[in-house]
Amino acid sequence: MIGFVTSYIPLLLKGLAVLGFIALSAMFLIWLERKISAKIQNRLGPMMTGPHGAFQSVADTVKLLLKENIMPTGADTTIWWLAPFFVTVPAVVAFLCMPFGSHFIVHDLNVGILFICSITSISVIGVFMAGWGSNNKYSLLGGMRSAAQIVSYEVPLLLSVLVVIMESGTLSMQGIVRAQELGWFFLKPNVFIAFVIYLISATAETNRVPFDIPEAESELVAGYHTEYSGMKFAMFFVAEYTNLFIVSAVAATLFLGGWLGPFRPSMFWFLLKAYTIIAFLMWIRWTLPRVRMDQMMGFAWKFLVPVSLVNVLVTGWLLVVKG
Amino acid sequence: MLSDYIVIIFFILLGIAFISAAFTVSWLLRPRVPSKAKNAPYECGEIVSGTSRVQFNIRFYLVALIFVIFDVEILFTVPWAVVFREIGMTAYWEMLLFIAVLGVGLGYAWKKGALEWR
Repeated sequence: MIGFVTSYIPLLLKGLAVLGFIALSAMFLIWLERKISAKIQNRLGPMMTGPHGAFQSVADTVKLLLKENIMPTGADTTIWWLAPFFVTVPAVVAFLCMPFGSHFIVHDLNVGILFICSITSISVIGVFMAGWGSNNKYSLLGGMRSAAQIVSYEVPLLLSVLVVIMESGTLSMQGIVRAQELGWFFLKPNVFIAFVIYLISATAETNRVPFDIPEAESELVAGYHTEYSGMKFAMFFVAEYTNLFIVSAVAATLFLGGWLGPFRPSMFWFLLKAYTIIAFLMWIRWTLPRVRMDQMMGFAWKFLVPVSLVNVLVTGWLLVVKG
Repeated sequence: MLSDYIVIIFFILLGIAFISAAFTVSWLLRPRVPSKAKNAPYECGEIVSGTSRVQFNIRFYLVALIFVIFDVEILFTVPWAVVFREIGMTAYWEMLLFIAVLGVGLGYAWKKGALEWR
């Protein structure tokens, strides 16, 4: 029994390290987003707490910890309470097979990329639970729109991931990185198209501008998390920014060679690539206007899905003819 | 193989523990002063009118239905994508046929107006 318990202590330590990384990364990304938006809009952003407002997120966390829990009358209590779990737990579990470095990975599942794609899809249930359970019209509209948007963009996202699986011939995250030792995948024209499709779909999956219709603050207040306050609201925020990190880290792994780089440590290259993609997505968010619902759904089903299907077939043809 | 599942379950429990810990700390520290007005669903300060579980546009369900078809299709394609280079041309033509059938389905849904958002 003791041997059984002690054999899982390394796993526990890795898990705690992942939790620490998630908390720090979310706080850093929230600060970064506010600073980038301020620079783009010719403002200063948070400046008072610490140098350049570096501790603003810490102050926000303490504030949210001390806030009252307000549950709206008529809310579906169980569903309303469970929603933050369904949104945040998948974001934590997705770190299970995130290849931070050549040896920095919690557990290299042999179905890694499929596992990440499927576990992060669960959060759409949480989003819809939050929308339904809140007994609020804005929440319900936001939850419905979010569910429709996330499932629509899931299809081109998975089809662009499929192109990488065909190129590498494996589902393991480390295997995909090692398959790129001869050249990063996005340098091939067909994979580059998949990369662009992936970035567009990932923007929609994380509910960010130009696809932020579920949270459109000028029409829906805050979408599905309108009725959440205090730590529950904080959990939705942590999930949102952790998902942003996950889609960017997966993009870095699948298309930009993951932790491969000219010198060690490999973790540096992984984080550099992931945060570069995050900065790019933030730049897009604060530059583009919001698209309309019909434009967004039409773009997914009438343009991205056919293009991705053709791209999969072209990739297959190139690989078969080459041998 | 079994250890894979143990690791996954462990991480799910860890995520639940993470959120529960945050909620517990907040539960210990936060004030509790509920009032009727405070607990009313937010409608921009207006008094709440009617139920919020309103009727919904049928398009949302159509999209969900099309998504299920395509998601299952992608699940079928993933094992093919892993091994098709070893099988070669045969596998390629089979997948071409499979995607062509789905393409016909997508075209039919498109023509019937299931992809329009009005």
